[in-house]
Amino acid sequence: MEIVHVYTKLRAEFGRQCLFSDRPAELLVDVLPDPSLGLQFIHKTPRDQALQACRDMSEHQVNTERFESDSCGINHVEGGWPKDVNPQEMEQTIRFRKKVEKDESYINSTLQLGSVMEHCIRQNNAVDIYQEYFEDEEEVEESQEPPFAKTINVFRDPNEVKRTVTCLSWHPDSGRKLAAAYSCLEFQKTSKDMSLDSYIWDVENPNRPEMTLKPTSPLVCLEYNPKDSHTLVGGSYNGQIAYWDTRRGSQPVELSSVEQSHRDPVYKIIWLQSKTGTDAFSASTDGQVLWWDVRKLSEPTERLVLDPGREGNLDRALGAISLEFESTMPTKFMVGTEQGVVVSCNRKAKTPAEKIVCTYDGHHGPVYALQRNPFFPKNFLTVGDWTARIWSEDIKESSIMWTKYQMSYLTDACWSPVRPSVFFTVKMDGVLDIWDILFKQNDPTLSLKVCDEALYSLRVQDNGRLVACGSQQGGATLLEICSGLSTLQKNEKSLLAAMFERETKREKILEARQREIRLKERSRSEQSREEEGGREEGEESPDQLIARAENNFFSVVETELRRRREKEDEENRVMSLILYTQQSLTFCSLTFTSENTKVLLLQ
Amino acid sequence: MLLAEVEETLKRIEAHKGVIGTIVVNAEGIPIRTNLDNSTAVQYAGLLRHLTMLARSTVRDIDPQNDLIVLRIRTKKYEIMVAPENGFLLIVIQNPCE
Repeated sequence: MEIVHVYTKLRAEFGRQCLFSDRPAELLVDVLPDPSLGLQFIHKTPRDQALQACRDMSEHQVNTERFESDSCGINHVEGGWPKDVNPQEMEQTIRFRKKVEKDESYINSTLQLGSVMEHCIRQNNAVDIYQEYFEDEEEVEESQEPPFAKTINVFRDPNEVKRTVTCLSWHPDSGRKLAAAYSCLEFQKTSKDMSLDSYIWDVENPNRPEMTLKPTSPLVCLEYNPKDSHTLVGGSYNGQIAYWDTRRGSQPVELSSVEQSHRDPVYKIIWLQSKTGTDAFSASTDGQVLWWDVRKLSEPTERLVLDPGREGNLDRALGAISLEFESTMPTKFMVGTEQGVVVSCNRKAKTPAEKIVCTYDGHHGPVYALQRNPFFPKNFLTVGDWTARIWSEDIKESSIMWTKYQMSYLTDACWSPVRPSVFFTVKMDGVLDIWDILFKQNDPTLSLKVCDEALYSLRVQDNGRLVACGSQQGGATLLEICSGLSTLQKNEKSLLAAMFERETKREKILEARQREIRLKERSRSEQSREEEGGREEGEESPDQLIARAENNFFSVVETELRRRREKEDEENRVMSLILYTQQSLTFCSLTFTSENTKVLLLQ
Repeated sequence: MLLAEVEETLKRIEAHKGVIGTIVVNAEGIPIRTNLDNSTAVQYAGLLRHLTMLARSTVRDIDPQNDLIVLRIRTKKYEIMVAPENGFLLIVIQNPCE
């Protein structure tokens, strides 16, 4: 059945305005119920109906209107005077005041107010209602809580191909910003589509970096200028040094020339304390430490080759991988090397050879982190291989304290800026360890699995509460440390000073004992050499030495050969003995040692 | 004389322990009588008049029969007490921890 309705209009009426009018409802079609169709339906008496017992929920999103707020202030100026009084004229204002003072209402209200106010003042003077009664107790309670740390934000590398966070630096003033350097340090793993950029993050906003730094080669290290928070200096993978001013955009302001720069990745750069606040120095695995003035990066201002032989030979130089500088000792600095040696240097030494003062050897692998204790600058912390070590400047033979060998490699460490006994380490298994050496020396006070990848860098904010650690896959995790680990404890400094002193003393005693033993050994060997010397007479030429070494070697070989031959002979002899015994049938038991066989043979 | 009595009352308040200053402000916000220097008194008068009027209208909005007697502002350094009466304000600054 089709319902058709036809509407006609004259051609002449096309386009005319409509004239609407009321008209009664009219029936166009009436479809009557068809009982035959009703028979086709099947009645279903038990009917299934699904019902939800709980209320239906739906999710909606609404964009609320943005509330614009802006801050404004009033510069308050004197006003409210009647028209005929000029506030600048002392005489007029005094007269006006006198007039008000004579006013009845003034006198009455002031007397009234006086009594109210006096009551308040007396209240204040009688009892201090804001007095804190239990200030001391609370502090004790706080230190007893178990240590904890919680993740606040994770800043992920926004690029497709992730890179390692190789260095972190906190904004020196507010600590609300974090600069992170990204580069791939794995040998020949750098791909073409890998981004070169490094970022500055706002601590509150993990979604988007606040600023992008665009170097020509990926940055390995990046450091905020402590004197001028707008400027940063970074060291690139190709050895160049670049300098940024955040007010002048993402491109570096200055870039060092390739010829005058490092020849290896710049692993660490530190700002120096200078009048202009523009000096920095950098270290690289090419064995050089270079000093720069960031205003003129065309060539370094000073150069030091880390040759342990003090000859300035670049081929024999130790590769620097970490650097330390303490502003309270402006001429001294230390370098951690790939060979596991820490080199202590003096910048202001008279000759280049004297610049290398001494070395501290104790690690089996590269010294990835090196920092003086901010409270006890004589003691410094190093991280290399599977241990973290604390050294005293006076003891060059060994560290005064060290951790156990950990299950995975340590990659970075730093001291807490507020608690002298607390330091942080990160490991290849993604664990952040917080050590409190006054509390526990063998194990970390708090061990926290930050992520599943390896952690490569670590930096503590100046207030000691926020810690940022960077991982291999480009994630920088921001953690907040509990107040117990970030507030100075009672007597902590003196206790730690005593501990460092005790450990230094212990090491000194051990060192003296070792020296004594060595001396004894030397004198003994000298004695024996004197005896030999009687026969050989005087010094030997290298040829003679080689000849003697050869003779020694051959004699050793010969004795060994002889020994083997004898052994074989012996076995043969025993064999013959067995034959012999079988023939005679006189001996029942046989032993297979040479002496016994002889005896047996004799019998 | 009554004016002398007012003077005496204010002097007595100023003599209390810890009291740094007193200011009497009229309805127009002009400091009438103070023992502070003029610029400080003007600043206090101007800023606290706003705040006190706001506090007073808040109290009255909540209950029309109610009224503000004294506004005490405890700060890190001292306590500022403001009492309104008849369009006049008495501001007292006291250091209670002295």
